[in-house]
Amino acid sequence: MAQAIPLEPKLSPSEKGARFFFLACAVVALGQMLLIMLFLFKEAGGLLGSVSLGDFLFSSQWYPTYDPPEFGALALIVGSLAVTALATALATPVGLGLAVYLSCLAGGITREWVKPAVELMAGVPSVVLGFVGLVVVAPFLQNTLDLPTGLNILNAGFILALMAVPTIASLGEDALAAVPREIQDASYALGATRWETIWRVTLPAAMSGLSTAVILGLGRALGETLVVLMVAGGAAQIPHSLFDSVRPLTATLAAEMGETAIGGPHYHALFALGLVLFFLTLAFNLLAYWLGRRWRRG
Amino acid sequence: MFPFGFTLREREIRGALALTIIRALGLGFLGLMAALVAYLVWRGLGAISWEFLSQYPRESMTAGGIWPAIVGTLWLAVGSMAVAIPLGFGTAIYLAEYARPGPLLTVIRLGVNNLAGVPSVVFGLFGLAIFVGFFGFGRSLLSGCLTLGVLTLPTVTAAAEEALRQTPASFREAALALGANRWQAIRQVILPAALPGMLTGAILALGRAAGETAPIIFTASAALTLAPPESMFSEVMALPTHIFNLATNGTRIAATRPQQFGTCLALLTLVLGLSLVALILRARLRKGRKW
Repeated sequence: MAQAIPLEPKLSPSEKGARFFFLACAVVALGQMLLIMLFLFKEAGGLLGSVSLGDFLFSSQWYPTYDPPEFGALALIVGSLAVTALATALATPVGLGLAVYLSCLAGGITREWVKPAVELMAGVPSVVLGFVGLVVVAPFLQNTLDLPTGLNILNAGFILALMAVPTIASLGEDALAAVPREIQDASYALGATRWETIWRVTLPAAMSGLSTAVILGLGRALGETLVVLMVAGGAAQIPHSLFDSVRPLTATLAAEMGETAIGGPHYHALFALGLVLFFLTLAFNLLAYWLGRRWRRG
Repeated sequence: MFPFGFTLREREIRGALALTIIRALGLGFLGLMAALVAYLVWRGLGAISWEFLSQYPRESMTAGGIWPAIVGTLWLAVGSMAVAIPLGFGTAIYLAEYARPGPLLTVIRLGVNNLAGVPSVVFGLFGLAIFVGFFGFGRSLLSGCLTLGVLTLPTVTAAAEEALRQTPASFREAALALGANRWQAIRQVILPAALPGMLTGAILALGRAAGETAPIIFTASAALTLAPPESMFSEVMALPTHIFNLATNGTRIAATRPQQFGTCLALLTLVLGLSLVALILRARLRKGRKW
């Protein structure tokens, strides 16, 4: 048998150099991810000397500056989940409604202007929205509902929903736009009305992309820091109503990191919170990925 | 299945009702956001003057301006791009042009995707542990730029890879058929075609970097500086942290309210301005594309 002709006979030095350079870039990018995980684990691991994993996850006593300090993160985790849950409840119908409006109802010119406007809204810095929650929403809630403070779950959930809606709407619109024209035409041909077509054909067909959009919006709300730092109230307690203040994980990190001694138990406890946050968002991302695949197969 | 028990008239009424609700939700949200921006612009314009934009803060921040915060934010944003663009473009070129399907590609892709979902405050922690502490750069412009660079890397990489993948395969094949090696094809054919799209993604990331607060609170930001940064190792003021500090810390919260609104408007203008430039570039790119 004749010898096969090699596909890339001789690599010139520039070709070799370029290949090596780009591979190095990719490896450095990957290395950063590993380094972040490594540092989170290493610095969080230092906490295990002062508190057990069970106490850390299931106690709600967070008194990092007492003597002896207590590092129970449950109230902080519940706080994060509470504001995220409310933001989801508010943002999902509005975000998906906006997506349907953009994709199925708005005319060509309206869509051409509104879609970029929604994308711009997704870029409003979180500190600006937190500021709005602080100086506009909080006094409004306090006065109209006669509350001791306007800095509570309701306020934080509302502002986080404002942040999540553009993400959900923009990604959701992409998903709806990808639904094949033919199956919608088939539905009309069978005599379905416009709403019946949207509800029973277009939405189910786009379900994969829509659920991914909602979960990515959620992930954004869960990881958001400045809004909850400014408007959630900052009380490390298990909330009993929407009008209670909470201290989400992200807010705790941002509020306490500046004041702690590097290497102390408090410092390690904050990294442990960061690790919890990392795994929570990872779970959300995996869920989005899994849902996307499941619906596509179905 | 289809609601056969209803007359056509009833079905049409249900549909009209549902579509009205959807319109109300969509338009209601847009109206709310427009009102919010209008309010910020109205209150912000009351505070903004040439003096406000060009001077250092005075009298416990109740007078003077935000010049050092503007400079600091621009330095941080540009510096973070100096980290993220070379690395992100390089990674994207590897992923789009060199990588063959296999375990290495899967791992790199997983890593970059996960990096994108990590909350920004975790990047702040990371920056504090590694750049401020481990490397000993301290709380400085350099630490802030590196932290923001790592933060924006996934955005820059994903946008660049997308732009590279949108160049037609025929470009690549034509260059290779003419005897170009892979690097020549990339440098002389693929990059010129993909670069505008790659830069659009980078501008969007630049806007994001300028508006981020949590990652720079611990790594770069000072409450007040009275001179421009001397070197990469100086602390800097930044617009987002300035808003946060004025609105939540200290005893002059009510007295500095106009400054807070003015700084919000300045930041909003900078960030939305950058995003707008990117969106316009992208729209023109799509229209002017010849393939």
